[in-house]
Amino acid sequence: MTLLTTRGLSRHFGGLKAVDCVDFTLERGEIRAIIGPNGAGKTTLVGMICGRVVPSAGRIAFEDHDITHLSAWRRVALGIAYTFQITSVFANLSCFDNVALAVQRHATNGLHRSLADEVMQQLDRVGLRHRADVIAATLPYGHQRLLELALGLALQPKLLILDEPTQGLSDAEIAGFCGLVRAVTSEATVLLIEHNMPVVMELAHRITVMENGRILAEGLPDEIRADRDVQRAYLGA
Amino acid sequence: MHSEDRRALLLHLVTLAGLFALQFLLPAYHHTNFARIMVLACYAMGYNLLMGYVGLLSLGHAMLFVAGLYGAGLSAEHLGFGPLTAFVTGVVAGSVLSFAVGMIALRTSGVAFMIVTLMFSQAVFLSTLYFSGLTGGDEGFVLQGAARRIHAGSIILDLSNRTTRYNLALLLFSICLMASFALVRSSAGRVFIAIRENEERTVMLGYDSFRYKLLATVLSGTMSAASGAAYALLFAYVGSTFASIQYSILPLLWVLLGGVGTTLGPLFGTAAMFYLIDFTSDYTSSYLLFVGLALVLIVLLFPQGILGTVRAKAAPWLP
Amino acid sequence: MTFGPHLFLALLEGTVAAFVLALTALGLSLVFGVMRIVNVAHGEFFMLGAVFASAFSSLIPASPALGFILALIASPLAVGVIALLADRLVLRRLHYQPEATIVATIGLLYIIQQSVLSLYGPYARPVPAPIEFRVQFPWFGYSGYKLVVIAAAGFLLAATWYVLMRTRIGLVMRATQFDRETAQAFAIPVERVYSMIFALGAMLAAGAGVLIVPIQQAHYLMGLDPLLLSFITVIVGGLGSLRGTIVAAFLIGISDGIISVFFSPTLAKIIATLFVALVLVFRPSGLFAQARN
Repeated sequence: MTLLTTRGLSRHFGGLKAVDCVDFTLERGEIRAIIGPNGAGKTTLVGMICGRVVPSAGRIAFEDHDITHLSAWRRVALGIAYTFQITSVFANLSCFDNVALAVQRHATNGLHRSLADEVMQQLDRVGLRHRADVIAATLPYGHQRLLELALGLALQPKLLILDEPTQGLSDAEIAGFCGLVRAVTSEATVLLIEHNMPVVMELAHRITVMENGRILAEGLPDEIRADRDVQRAYLGA
Repeated sequence: MHSEDRRALLLHLVTLAGLFALQFLLPAYHHTNFARIMVLACYAMGYNLLMGYVGLLSLGHAMLFVAGLYGAGLSAEHLGFGPLTAFVTGVVAGSVLSFAVGMIALRTSGVAFMIVTLMFSQAVFLSTLYFSGLTGGDEGFVLQGAARRIHAGSIILDLSNRTTRYNLALLLFSICLMASFALVRSSAGRVFIAIRENEERTVMLGYDSFRYKLLATVLSGTMSAASGAAYALLFAYVGSTFASIQYSILPLLWVLLGGVGTTLGPLFGTAAMFYLIDFTSDYTSSYLLFVGLALVLIVLLFPQGILGTVRAKAAPWLP
Repeated sequence: MTFGPHLFLALLEGTVAAFVLALTALGLSLVFGVMRIVNVAHGEFFMLGAVFASAFSSLIPASPALGFILALIASPLAVGVIALLADRLVLRRLHYQPEATIVATIGLLYIIQQSVLSLYGPYARPVPAPIEFRVQFPWFGYSGYKLVVIAAAGFLLAATWYVLMRTRIGLVMRATQFDRETAQAFAIPVERVYSMIFALGAMLAAGAGVLIVPIQQAHYLMGLDPLLLSFITVIVGGLGSLRGTIVAAFLIGISDGIISVFFSPTLAKIIATLFVALVLVFRPSGLFAQARN
């Protein structure tokens, strides 16, 4: 079942076509990885999907809603959550306060647990329960990335967009991260921008390859690995 | 988490009780001073709401203060409103003006926001001079007679009475203080702080930051106007000076000195500056010099202010 | 006087105002363009220029011309020193953070203004013009000194343009404005450049104050109107664009001149303040969306 489609989606910056006429479809419940060399347009594409970037042309549909011009904050209510490539948590607030902001947003539907309990549960999920009172800025980098992930998960989204989530993480942390993502797929569809190929190969159900603002190839991991154009794009770059 | 809340609440209640008790301990001269301080502290608290909690620095709050001042003063003087009705008029005027200004000015941020608010406030100030037939311009006018008496059933409260003034000022201050306290602890208050800390992240968590900033602006403007309306009615004088840039800078100074982003900071800042100026005006008429010096020194050496420093060093639970 | 000549008079007055405003606003624009800070005390440098001119020219009471020349040289230098002090002691320590700088410069405004009030008094003091002659038009006589102001201001503007565009120091300043980090990589002492720019901005304002004081008289509050008008000019011209500032200065100086002659100055100011607020909100790059230069 289709969750998200884009049709002819483009973004120009003056003469530069960052994203050029992209038709993209996401199925419910899959883990899709977007890969490609730097400047391929991955973050811009994803930016248009979550609402940070305004498209120059094209349409985006999420669960039959046309969200092309919907403001970013409204998309969160529809079920799209984005985690930043460069960690963007509330540095001067505690982990608890960080996640509380995400939980509180979702709480409009009424909680059967108290806010505090829900927050602790979300922190527990990413393994930060014991750091609830720690100020985010003082956390080691890997834990800040986990907090970033917790913010996304606490929104209980239908579509979770992760922008280079494993960047700067140690191998152990990456393994933990993969476990988390796999556990999430029962509730959410995951769209993942990644440069770390082992992670991509391990997690992704399907891979989309971008180059110069266009989709170069799309398919199962093995198909992509064998694809000539993809090899050229990566080796050529 | 809960014991911290209780400690904070207790501190606020003790402060209010202390202010109540103060009137029996202070000599007569200081009663009026403290009444002024408490009313102006409400203005400072209103300013702090926007600056300290949402992180929006306005240089035009005087227009909101005088919306209350002139709203109350003009309706009492020209329309014959009694003090209570005049007060409500002033407060409503402030709410409406802050909503209108917010809708326009909140499309900007940072330095541009400062300048836009400054400009709007200047336009209001100049208008009070331009329409001096109505407002009395620079000289202003004095409220008298029925405007200074509240009829509550069979009781008449005389606003020129020192004790009445003090306790009404305290009443207003208490309402504003507890409202600030409640707001800061509410989910809306948390969003305000989040916007200050990282607006983009707040938007990506699903919050309409513009709506929240507008709400904060209206709450801030309402509190500032309440202060202005009370000031007009309690101290019986309305004039253009209150609309000048000076009265936009003073709350900034009070909040910075007392501790930006703390609920009790504004009271301390207002009281400290009031007495500093009182003290220095025995020696020189240019008290604004000390305002200037204070601003520079605080921003350079003491940016967290009195309670801000206390909170950072000793009491992280201080709201 | 009929309408035509009245308009001509208003245009003359507006032109004088425009040239003086261009000088003042250029100072503010330079500081914002290079240092990215807003100096709220800028008008006080203008006022200091006028007040120091009054002091210097009173040193040579026998010859107004010599007194004025002394003032024209010494007054901006004195103001430049004060600006340097302010930069070293305060602004540099704040690392030029935008909001802290605005608060600090507001403090400076009050310190400077009130110090002048204490030392100089609340009354306006006249300064004799260096030359007194009248230019006789068919409909009215006009003060010749005002025409001298136009010439002098024009010269100073040209000189500043020359320094910025044709000298090495100017190149260094423009490089720092364009890209601070790269300038540092090229071993340009950015902090020293900032001090120079801040002093230069103050000196331009002071120069404008010296030129205007024989017409306007020195008074401790005279910095506020130039501040407001400079703000308006820089914003309308586009923050960071020097060319935009100059063009806007002429537009605004002349309109202000005309509106003030025909209508109430207060009303003119109300319109001006609302106008600049709306420009900032709806066209933040200024009315002349120039590429930054």
